[in-house]
Amino acid sequence: MTDPASLSSEPLFGLPLPDLWFGLLFFIFALFLFLDGFDFGVGVLFATRDDEEERERLLAAIGPFWDGNEVWLVVFGGAMFAAFPAVYANLFSRHYLLMFAILGALILRGLAPEMYEQRHDEAWQRWWGRSFVVGSLTAPFFLGMFTANWLFGATAIVTLPGIVVGLAVVALTVVDGVAFLRLKTRGELRVDLKTAGYYALAAYLALVVVTLGAVYWTAPALRPDLFSVPIAALVVATLAFAGVYAAATRTDRYYVAFGAAAGLVFALVAIVAGLLYPTIDPVAGLTVESAIVSTLPLNLMSIGAAVLLPLVFVYFVVLYSAFSGPIEAGESY
Amino acid sequence: MIDPVTGSRLQFALTTIVHIIFPVMSMGLAPFLVYFTWKDIRTGKPIYEQLRRFWTRIFAVSFVVGTVTGIVLEFEFGTNFAAFSTTAGELFGGPLALEGMMAFMLEATFLGIFVFGRDRVGNVLYMISAVAVGVGTWLSAVWILIANSWMQTPRGYELATENGQTIVHLVDPIAAYANPRFPWMFVHMQNAAVESVALFMAGLGAYFIFRHHVWGYPIEDVEFWETTLKIGIVALLITAPLQVLHGDLYARHVFETQPQKFAAMEAVWETDAYVPEYIVAFPTSLQDLLDPRAKDIFGIGIPGGASWLASGGDPQATIQGLNEFEGPQPPVALVFWAFRIMVALGFWFVLLAVWGGYRWWRGELLEDDLLHKALMGSTLLGIVAVELGWIVTEVGRQPWVIQDVLRTSEGVSSGLSGTEATVTLVGFAVVYLGLLALYTYVVVRIVRAGPPDVASVTPTEGSDATAPEVSGDD
Repeated sequence: MTDPASLSSEPLFGLPLPDLWFGLLFFIFALFLFLDGFDFGVGVLFATRDDEEERERLLAAIGPFWDGNEVWLVVFGGAMFAAFPAVYANLFSRHYLLMFAILGALILRGLAPEMYEQRHDEAWQRWWGRSFVVGSLTAPFFLGMFTANWLFGATAIVTLPGIVVGLAVVALTVVDGVAFLRLKTRGELRVDLKTAGYYALAAYLALVVVTLGAVYWTAPALRPDLFSVPIAALVVATLAFAGVYAAATRTDRYYVAFGAAAGLVFALVAIVAGLLYPTIDPVAGLTVESAIVSTLPLNLMSIGAAVLLPLVFVYFVVLYSAFSGPIEAGESY
Repeated sequence: MIDPVTGSRLQFALTTIVHIIFPVMSMGLAPFLVYFTWKDIRTGKPIYEQLRRFWTRIFAVSFVVGTVTGIVLEFEFGTNFAAFSTTAGELFGGPLALEGMMAFMLEATFLGIFVFGRDRVGNVLYMISAVAVGVGTWLSAVWILIANSWMQTPRGYELATENGQTIVHLVDPIAAYANPRFPWMFVHMQNAAVESVALFMAGLGAYFIFRHHVWGYPIEDVEFWETTLKIGIVALLITAPLQVLHGDLYARHVFETQPQKFAAMEAVWETDAYVPEYIVAFPTSLQDLLDPRAKDIFGIGIPGGASWLASGGDPQATIQGLNEFEGPQPPVALVFWAFRIMVALGFWFVLLAVWGGYRWWRGELLEDDLLHKALMGSTLLGIVAVELGWIVTEVGRQPWVIQDVLRTSEGVSSGLSGTEATVTLVGFAVVYLGLLALYTYVVVRIVRAGPPDVASVTPTEGSDATAPEVSGDD
């Protein structure tokens, strides 16, 4: 199987590898958006707490996780580079300034928790707290804009659908962050977060409706897709996950709410992927078939991913089970 | 406005030069952390817990800043070097994706346990985490250097033209990725990282001991800083001679595979035999000083030295001059000086190691003020040497981004405007220099705060843990 000659002619086991990689790419993106999404949500919620001890608890909650979560973005970039180099090149050079805005936001967000804990004086913590909030708000907002521009084939940076989807993604990360924090906190904070979760969920659903409307009115090419069975099913699934989320939040079934938040993120990304497919970059006119690398590197990458991704999930299980349950007293960033 | 090509090159240079500092710190610290963790778990002595916790704090900051600066680099290939990404994606994207999945994931997930989980997990999982973080850190370098070494000595590919664009197709993955340059780069880089951290440790240790013994400052944690100094010297005794040794073999490999770069390293313009190795060189006119292609250098050289170095022992060997290569040349002065200073530093580190080792052997390690001053002055020189080495490697390869396949100027994104390139260049100059300042500030704070007080935290091995670990004059 590892003989290069046999790997260079046919796709591995005759599998539809280009389509699988398209799916894998969006799966990785959804994982990133779900996992780092709750970090962003925690960052946004950080702005709503002014009690010093509560703020420390929010930071301690994401402390062991956020680095690993953010690596999914690196894996997403790397996987796109490896499987669809033409898309990687076109997409990121076209969204040049937006990409740098995302990266700048991620820098702010990534540094903030580490820096916040370095000094315990008020001015220092106030500024890093702000940087944490601003980074956590703008990173998902710009990511949403980027995704919308990608889907709609927009070439301008600021577009109406971009803003709507950006806001929707921010709302979604708050939904996600609430679900995560309800697992990781106790007492008053845990109760207070309920309300924030309901508001964020309502905002998210409203923005999804607006987004679907925007797809209908501004992108006639996507209109038939919108009424296809898979997309309609995903919209229904979104409503179902929202219902489960709300019910589980009300009855304090924390893990169910967390799972429902994951469902919401995956459904959203699946809608984007579904509307895009089989195109992968509308502006450059690239389809999954035309943008894929040639067979040999594709086969090699597939073997690599098949071996490594399950291993990575094992790491995540180890990490999340080591830090399961609410933050204990004395745990700090 | 800067033109997009220059802007992109400057931006990439700036972001890599700043970024490399943080992985050097984390790669260099990794084996030390594994050692401290192992000793901490096995002996329970407070000094090892202090060492582990102190250096973990520096590792964690380095890792965070390394992550945020490194994500930018990954996406810069797409934003600024889209033509390169399209051309070389088949060969270059794979290692980058594997770095993320295989190495970075391992490092980032287990770092969570390593930094936050001492009280949450058992000794075995904790030890596994330390090793996993270290292995992940080093595996990252494996994949990045596999990608980079392919750009230096490309193999295993075919060229094709698709839609008017040159595309590199992978045909022989073993030739491409088991690249002849890779082992040289990897050994030289990893050893350099450990050597840099060894110098950093020795320098800090020397500083505190100097303050204590010479200036008479009462300091806490004398034992901690003495141990740090000793560990630094031991590591330096191992890494410094190795670095010079394989550096020499590496240079020979460059001569064989990238003759243009080698000629730039030696500033050889005309093909010649019996080429001297210039220790120092001066342009013959002031005009040449500002001209990076200063041809007329007057220097003090070892006759036949460069030929001897290139061929592995034959002072009569012929070296191809830069004039034999068509098209633009690398900025010779920069490469020439970067190479010289790096080599000089390499020998200086060997001297430091031997000097420190000798004094220690004589039992005078804490008394040689001159040695302490030399070590203090060299605290950051390992990192300087790494930067210079990368300048030789990357600038010396110009005008090629992929040696003999693609010019750097042809790799830049075609749609990029001068305004965009300028805006992000200025933005990143501010952000990256700010990050560097912030990192320095935080590391200085961690160092000044000193090792954590652990005597009461580890009640294992009664006599050791209750012994006062604060000695000194107070």
